[in-house]
Amino acid sequence: MLTRRIIPCFDVDRGRVVKGVSFVQLRDAGDPVELARRYEEEGADELVFLDITASAEDRVTTYDMVAATAEQVFIPFTVGGGIRTTADMKIMLELGAEKVSINTAAIQEPDLINSGADRFGSQCIVVAIDARRVEGVPGRWEVYSHGGRMPTGLDAVEWAVEAARRGAGELLVTSMDTDGHQQGYDVELLRAISEAVPVPVIASGGAGGPEHMAAALTDGRADAVLAASIFHFGTYSIRQVKEHLAARGIPVRPVPPAEDTP
Amino acid sequence: MRDRVVVIDYDAGNLRSVARALAHVGADPIVSADPAEIAAAGALVLPGVGAAADTMRNLRERGLIEPIRDYIAAGRPFLGVCMGLQALLERSEEGGQECLGVLPGEVRRFPAAPGLKVPHMGWNTVEWRFDHPVTEGIPSGSYFYFVHSYHPTTPDPALVLGETEYGVRFPSVLARGYLVATQCHPEKSGRDGLRFYANFVRWAREGAPMPAAAAAP
Repeated sequence: MLTRRIIPCFDVDRGRVVKGVSFVQLRDAGDPVELARRYEEEGADELVFLDITASAEDRVTTYDMVAATAEQVFIPFTVGGGIRTTADMKIMLELGAEKVSINTAAIQEPDLINSGADRFGSQCIVVAIDARRVEGVPGRWEVYSHGGRMPTGLDAVEWAVEAARRGAGELLVTSMDTDGHQQGYDVELLRAISEAVPVPVIASGGAGGPEHMAAALTDGRADAVLAASIFHFGTYSIRQVKEHLAARGIPVRPVPPAEDTP
Repeated sequence: MRDRVVVIDYDAGNLRSVARALAHVGADPIVSADPAEIAAAGALVLPGVGAAADTMRNLRERGLIEPIRDYIAAGRPFLGVCMGLQALLERSEEGGQECLGVLPGEVRRFPAAPGLKVPHMGWNTVEWRFDHPVTEGIPSGSYFYFVHSYHPTTPDPALVLGETEYGVRFPSVLARGYLVATQCHPEKSGRDGLRFYANFVRWAREGAPMPAAAAAP
């Protein structure tokens, strides 16, 4: 049976993980490769790296990080941030990312979704959508670009449908209303999008504990849940999350027992 | 070098990932589109993701179709991954594409069903239908990473080494003689996936005896 995926997300700046990761027993909490390996061992199903490196000149550090991760991590990972052209996509995929995530660039130039999907296959094109509830209009969300700073006038559900139609293989849906509050995902938003598109949806924004993830995966109809702080700060381990979900009857891949690697 | 693992170079998206997994298990693979290298390979690996038509066109443009067919016809160790499995069948529903026809069967789109998202993306179980050297140490029902919109089918149950369920029950690992092909991505399936590659490499190198075909449990 296909399992629901648990996906830790890292913000990466100039090849380093930022936003205090406070794992115990890590030599270097800013080293993306060491963190990624740790999460793989703990049972993460995929990883997402969001590159927030501001300058183009520093982007080479991201390339190094992606290559080093691919050498040592044998679960799929996605790289987002700063990807504006199919040439950018090609670099990341060749370095070893399984998928690339696009957000603002897809809004500015929706054909980028088509050309990416045509060239590399839908399966590696993730469209990330940052959405905020429209005040006073229940059941409506507006898409924001530029890291959530600019309203676009796009309706989130309509944009999700268009992105999937253009060839996105997966949607990463972040609620700006719930993001950072650890009070749960915007289940209504997730459900509205998930029921409107034929492709998998990753829930993002607001995870405070396993019960929030369960809600996103059941009521929200999401196929995967993404979280950062609760994992990075050690509030919950991936094993704890998976045990909670399994107890609720949600199919998850069991955390592999620690043993020798071949 | 007869024991060289050659990964076929034809611009497949997962080429590097496959090569890295092989390197990780000590295979020292080379990536090549040279028919001479392919003919001399100790083990040949065909990766692949994306569309069937692109895959077949890329193979044809690089003159790889006959070298691959000849290699497989000689009964030598071969591994196909994802589109590298689908390409072995007779045809694909994806654009009505003719494929290599090395194995009987065809590739079909997942049926439209409420709540069944396509692509089939994520970790799903594979159940082994018989014992095989490549599955040694990997329990039946282990999880592998999948990402595909079309799935293989075959009329020959003796070829079905692994089965997976997603809307339909489909053969996710096929095997015949020294040929093995997986719809899933062992190179992205953590420890069990690496074990699968390690098993394949060892089997190819040691020339382990052929598995008893389809001694169904």
